[in-house]
Amino acid sequence: MAPTSKLSQGIRKASRSHTYHRRGLWAIKAKHGGAFPKAVKPLAAAAAPKFYPADDVKPRQPSTRKPNATKLRSSISPGTVLILLAGRFMGKRVVFLKQLKSGLLLVTGPFKINGVPIRRVNQAYVIATSTKVDVSGVNVDKIDDKYFARDKKKKAKKTEGELFETEKETTKDLPQFKKEDQKAVDAALIKAIEAVPDLKTYLGARFSLRDGDKPHEMVF
Amino acid sequence: MPFKRFVEIGRVALVNYGKDYGRLVVIVDVVDQNRALIDAPDMVRCQINFKRLSLTDIKIDIKRVPKKTTLIKAMEDADVKNKWENSSWGKKLIVQKRRALLNDFDRFKVMLARIKRGGAIRQELAKLKKAAA
Repeated sequence: MAPTSKLSQGIRKASRSHTYHRRGLWAIKAKHGGAFPKAVKPLAAAAAPKFYPADDVKPRQPSTRKPNATKLRSSISPGTVLILLAGRFMGKRVVFLKQLKSGLLLVTGPFKINGVPIRRVNQAYVIATSTKVDVSGVNVDKIDDKYFARDKKKKAKKTEGELFETEKETTKDLPQFKKEDQKAVDAALIKAIEAVPDLKTYLGARFSLRDGDKPHEMVF
Repeated sequence: MPFKRFVEIGRVALVNYGKDYGRLVVIVDVVDQNRALIDAPDMVRCQINFKRLSLTDIKIDIKRVPKKTTLIKAMEDADVKNKWENSSWGKKLIVQKRRALLNDFDRFKVMLARIKRGGAIRQELAKLKKAAA
């Protein structure tokens, strides 16, 4: 509809009734049976909240990120001789058996050769050598992370008198089945190790750096 | 006292610095006071500063800037490879390279062998001392 001209700001030339006719509002009314079509009002929004926080802050969501499985170094494969770098068995050369679900490496001395039992070790504290032992005869399927879980100690309630007594030393003996497992795993391993000359003495000796050694240039 | 190894066309040298460290090359031309043109059977002919070369005792008979095939033939005629590998310098380098590639287990076996050899030597020495006494 072409706009009507203005006499001045806010004052139109055409009157109210004139513009009613011009715009054809009478026709719209006639089309809809005498009354303007009423727009459907949207449903009323939910009741206004009592409290509006001062700042628009998004609530913190807990992370849904799952950690990836620990990648095993390409130089480590079952049967690889590893050098332990930290802990009680620092410097010992041990045989790698498998990687557990937790990412830790399952190793064994073998126990009879260097005193290292079936143990878990972190990949970061290990140097992988290129020496490999034949582990085809070894079965470690039944050893997993749960095997190494600590026994829950049951604390007996102490009376007042006993509280001030020194704790009785409870000797922790290795359960028999663990000793059997050690023997079973090591039996096939020791046979494979004795087949290679000098390997048994090699695994029994600890690694150390001597004068003149340059570890960054040494090939392991 | 006088110099024995000279920079001359045909002098075999060892590169002691840079990308071609450890390579045996032949001086085929002299560029200026500081640089030479070098060539070897398995590399592209290039210039190098004399400071990066260690001269060897070996010299081959070639003319200035020979063709690659001529150079290879001259090197074979002079038997450079065998002369180098039988020289004490060449033998030392071969041993060094071998030792650098030793495994941890190999190093352990070498240690055992050295102890065994030392023991055998000391036994013989003791025998000789006893005989001399």
